[in-house]
Amino acid sequence: MSASRDNDRRIEKYRRMQRIRQFETRAETIHAAGEIPGALHTYAGMEASGVGACMALRDDDYMVGTHRSHGHPIAKGAKLRPLMAELLGKVTGICKGKGGSMHLSDFSMGSLGETSIVGSGGPVTAGAALGAKLQGLDRVALCFFGDGASSEGAIHEGMNLAAVWKLPAIFVCENNRFGMSTPTAAGVAGAHVADRAHGYGIPGVIVDGQDVDAVEAAVREAVDRARAGKGPTLIETKTYRYADHAVNMGRDLTPRGPEHDEWLARDPIVLYRARLVEDGISGSDLDAIDVQVAEEVADALNFARESAYPAFEEAFDHVFVDRLPIPDDVRAHA
Amino acid sequence: MAKITYLEAIYQAQAEEMDRDSKVFIMGEDIRCNVFGTTTGFVERFGEERVRDTPISENGFIGAAGGAAMVGMRPIVDATISSFLFPAMDQICSIIAKSRYIYGGQAQLPLVIRSCLFYGNSNAAQHSDRPYSMFMNMPGLKIIAPSNAHDMKGLLKAAIRDDDPVMSFEDSTCWMVKSEVPDDLDFVIPLGKGEVKREGTDVTVVAIAGAVNIALKAAEKLKAEGISVEVVDPRTLVPLDRDIILRSVRKTGRAICVDPAHKTCSAASEIAATIAEEAFEALRAPVVRVTTPDTHLPFSPHIEKPLYPSVERIMDAARRLVGAPAPQPQPA
Ligand SMILES: Cc1ncc(C[n+]2csc(CCOP(=O)(O)OP(=O)(O)O)c2C)c(N)n1
Repeated sequence: MSASRDNDRRIEKYRRMQRIRQFETRAETIHAAGEIPGALHTYAGMEASGVGACMALRDDDYMVGTHRSHGHPIAKGAKLRPLMAELLGKVTGICKGKGGSMHLSDFSMGSLGETSIVGSGGPVTAGAALGAKLQGLDRVALCFFGDGASSEGAIHEGMNLAAVWKLPAIFVCENNRFGMSTPTAAGVAGAHVADRAHGYGIPGVIVDGQDVDAVEAAVREAVDRARAGKGPTLIETKTYRYADHAVNMGRDLTPRGPEHDEWLARDPIVLYRARLVEDGISGSDLDAIDVQVAEEVADALNFARESAYPAFEEAFDHVFVDRLPIPDDVRAHA
Repeated sequence: MAKITYLEAIYQAQAEEMDRDSKVFIMGEDIRCNVFGTTTGFVERFGEERVRDTPISENGFIGAAGGAAMVGMRPIVDATISSFLFPAMDQICSIIAKSRYIYGGQAQLPLVIRSCLFYGNSNAAQHSDRPYSMFMNMPGLKIIAPSNAHDMKGLLKAAIRDDDPVMSFEDSTCWMVKSEVPDDLDFVIPLGKGEVKREGTDVTVVAIAGAVNIALKAAEKLKAEGISVEVVDPRTLVPLDRDIILRSVRKTGRAICVDPAHKTCSAASEIAATIAEEAFEALRAPVVRVTTPDTHLPFSPHIEKPLYPSVERIMDAARRLVGAPAPQPQPA
């Protein structure tokens, strides 16, 4: 790769991390003001994990995510407008207002869902990898899941299946130290989730989840292996969740330890910016990106605000291929 | 008598039964930190052995509750949101519901599986289920679905003392509603006993869980229109108090079954079928169901909220059954 193309890639990683951070900062504020219904789980602190992983994927590779769903699509390159509109419950949202904050899933970017049932993405990932293999596509499928989710049977079943059938899958455990109020060690046996890979006879890799280049390199190796038909890899990104499990709940459930400040001091965006500047990329170029991203977020919010809410019929569409009729007694009061 | 909320009733029932019986213990995800206020001070009071935070593995810990029950413990599982029961379907349906039966009565599983019905607040389809009727279709599981704090406390205490597996479905729309609850430590409401929440003569409304409170509001409004509504709350879905329902329908000759669950195979469907089978001769009009239609629950509040049973929908149904015209809008 030429030096300038390499720089373009690195700037793109910076841009996507910024996009996630600024998108969510804005979302958190308007959620507090009541503009976003439901619960909002933010990805702040984990940007390098998602962006590093997605930058190792092709646009047509598959990805399955979680309830903490804002970071993954932005990391994979999704446009902000339909994501913001979804948060506001508008018909122009990526899920037409039917999914909301826990389901920002852009299928045009290879997403196969951001699912809010913890662990439920494991088997889907194995299945997508199987489907790709059976169709002779050289695509891979990547599963994001949390440390808490690693305790769900579905995650094990997905990994075992992928290992037995040597499927082109990558399982990325984003270990952000907590599942709601539960520290990882209280919910997950063994020192590292990645150690479980040995049980399946697949590589288990631990990577610094605050270092976007390191995450990308680890996932790239796993992707190459998967595409070469050598089967899945389990990667554990050691990262940190800055905000409470869900924001604006009035009470922080997270039992923060003394390491809290150390994590904040290793902010993935700040770290990366420093590295880029050290490597000769100008700070003012990066400032310009920050400004562009702020404009994108403002534009997305304007778009979302100006968009309409779904018509009532929308509640009956997409259960099946054909839209369901609205019962008369329900329609009368809609 | 003290006036307490539905959540406080859950807290009191658990605390009193854990005090009374050292075999009772509680486990679930993030229960020590007391997210909803149903385990306030439990760790200090009962210790970490009896107040257990679990990994996120519903099939594991709900199944483990079944195992602990088989060897003499009386677990309470707090499964938090009822949608999270689905990963545990295997253990609930294949082990917990069936062990007493397939082993010819050798196994006993006195456990309570609590979960809330978390609908109506833009939590989208994967968090908004009201799945009690799915479990009604599985023999071997007793099911309570209380509509107020009084019933919640009395039924939950009965459930904990019961020697069969009981599922407690707790309607989040009732959480903060207060009612008078006896202080008596042995206040229990027997499983399988419904209650007439309001007497009336023209129409019976049989309502499930939070729908009871909506039905009571509708009844009050219908009174102003000259329609007298009797509101029956079965409180327990398995065993179902068929007698109290049939007695009421034989009196009024008309029945509306109101249920926050989806229409097909809902609790309302079972109740409607029972009425049609057993009280056909008393009916002066068809039995009507007011339920959530058979679509998923969307995130966007504007299209979610109208899907649930409402005061207006119940009023419409009642007017239709008694043949009363809808009131004309008053000119402004
Ligand atoms: C099957 C299931 N059980 C419980 C929950 C409630 N819940 C939502 S997020 C969460 C914690 C998940 O922890 P982790 O997998 O580490 O992801 P994180 O939230 O830390 O990103 C829990 C328990 C759920 N959504 N689904």
